[in-house]
Amino acid sequence: MKLLRELLFPLIAVVAAFVVGGIVVLLIGDNPIETYKLLIGSALSWPDGIGYTLFYATPLIFTGLAVAVAFRCGLLNIGAEGQLYIAAFMTAWVGITLGNVSGWVLVPLLCLVAIVSGATWGAIPGLLKARFGSHEVINTIMLNFIAIALTNYFVQYHLKAPGDPIMQTGFIGRQNVPEGMEALKGINAHIPRLGAFVPGFPERIPLSVAFILALLACVAVYFFLWRTKWGYEIRATGANPSAAEYGGISVKKQIVLAMAVSGGLAGMVAINEVLGYRYRFYEGFSANYGFTGIAVALLGRNHPVGVLLSAIFFGALIRGGLFVDIFTDHVSKDLVQVIQAVVILFVAAEALFRGPFSRWGLLKRSKV
Amino acid sequence: MRNIFTFALILSAIRLTTPLLLAALGGLFSERSGVINIALEGLMLAGAFTAAAVTHYASVKGYPAAPWLGLLAAVVAGVLVAAIHAVACIRYRADQVVTGTAINLLFLGAPALIGGALFDATGSTPPIPIQNQLPNAPILIAFALVPLTWYVLNRTPFGLRLRAVGENPEAADTAGVSVARVRYTGVLLSGALAAIGGAYLAIGQSSFFTRNMSAGRGFIALAALIFGKWRPVQTMLACLLFGLAEAVAIQMQGVVKIPVQFITMIPYVLTMVVLAGFIGHSRAPRSLGLPYQKER
Repeated sequence: MKLLRELLFPLIAVVAAFVVGGIVVLLIGDNPIETYKLLIGSALSWPDGIGYTLFYATPLIFTGLAVAVAFRCGLLNIGAEGQLYIAAFMTAWVGITLGNVSGWVLVPLLCLVAIVSGATWGAIPGLLKARFGSHEVINTIMLNFIAIALTNYFVQYHLKAPGDPIMQTGFIGRQNVPEGMEALKGINAHIPRLGAFVPGFPERIPLSVAFILALLACVAVYFFLWRTKWGYEIRATGANPSAAEYGGISVKKQIVLAMAVSGGLAGMVAINEVLGYRYRFYEGFSANYGFTGIAVALLGRNHPVGVLLSAIFFGALIRGGLFVDIFTDHVSKDLVQVIQAVVILFVAAEALFRGPFSRWGLLKRSKV
Repeated sequence: MRNIFTFALILSAIRLTTPLLLAALGGLFSERSGVINIALEGLMLAGAFTAAAVTHYASVKGYPAAPWLGLLAAVVAGVLVAAIHAVACIRYRADQVVTGTAINLLFLGAPALIGGALFDATGSTPPIPIQNQLPNAPILIAFALVPLTWYVLNRTPFGLRLRAVGENPEAADTAGVSVARVRYTGVLLSGALAAIGGAYLAIGQSSFFTRNMSAGRGFIALAALIFGKWRPVQTMLACLLFGLAEAVAIQMQGVVKIPVQFITMIPYVLTMVVLAGFIGHSRAPRSLGLPYQKER
């Protein structure tokens, strides 16, 4: 019954968002049923649909977990976007600088760089809140813009190939390979795609080991939050900071810790994007993963299992959106962004649905 | 370096300040009533798209005063979008930051979705004829609103109620003020003003709407509001500073050695510094972000 209630409001929010999206599609002049059939069908086909759905879900699992951990500490991390930007840039930079190091050392090192640089950028608003009491929401928004401007500067002035019109770095990994062995270029910095060892799964789909890392991250976050002392203290701080303080928990320390863990999780997006997909940093690589992470965490009730499910849901939307864009007359992939935003609105304004439900006696022990 | 601070630069700074100032003053009304408004960016985009689309249609049909119709439509759109934020935050006590983020995301997508269907373009509206661009009236509106806002805030009963509701809603409620009604007014005003700012971007400084054309100006306006300590005159000065930074950045593109990115960062870094209390203390209205529930 408890599980049912946890699932009820997110499901209602999703259905309501699809209804709103359907009305928009109708107004634009397309058939909502056909559009949704196309959306869902192309997201669930085997192997391409499911492969790409999980590929798009991977960064969202990381950012969703990031937002959820901060939220459990009572903090709203709107800065996942900036954290993953810094992490991706640092990963690419180190991956280029140490390009000739053996893959057995380089890949773990680059994963560590992604996590540590994300955690550092995330810890800044935590420190500012702990030390000066300044609100993390404003600071994370500001740090997003600063991160984008900083990486932009370093790419433009230091890491861009001369004459390249696109704002991007060179490729990571070893670039000097013997003649005729171009396929080995940079391979010491790449993580394998699942197609390389899962039978029947084509290797052209960019779903990589990063997805498995994302699943492990869900388990790790669950273990961290509910089975360790630090996790307990983070949740206690989020539930009631004054009570936590009286209980001997250093609230300031927990704020910094939660923001650092959150930033580190957001930084892991770089593993998927830089080590597993593009093999370089380029500007605009993130399709708003940081902000969508807020939707993922909210819809997933800030629980790792919920985050996993809702990240896959949003991943499917992104995948399906591309097909809707191509195969409908008027609807573009922006429909997905609209549905995402409406989902957040409905989840946030949950009281909207709670009212009628408790009036009909369906929610007797409702808190509101 | 000598010839950078010219009259042309100052004019450009004032033009660039205008949308920031309109959005920031809008944000002021919302936040002083106790409702966080990080949706300024989305509200500006809603205003910009509506203004461009309506002015385009009015121009095609040959209506007189097309840009003014566009501006009016933008205000209506801004108020309607702000109403979503207001109802979610005030009536349903939703998290104000989350709702604001949702509205920002919504207006990254919605104009492109609707514009793509209406104009068969990639989220841009067709350009409007030069003679139908908005004259410089919004500049005057924006700067005239500064003393007006100060007066309303500090010398009228409405201003007193607005501040009271933002600082101590329980006391205001006890004194017979409807907290919800005052907050609705504040949030809806913010929608109207931010939308005018967006409209000026689309049909004043430019002649069409492009995807995400506000490019973070809503957030800079929010930064200016905090940097200006939620007060009208200081907020205007902060907007002028940020507008000047943008004008200098544009003028310096490829001319001077300092990379433009560092000038772009100025508003954001300054805001963090002032928020941390290094340059004077910036204190938010005490009930900012807290939903109010009437005692039974």
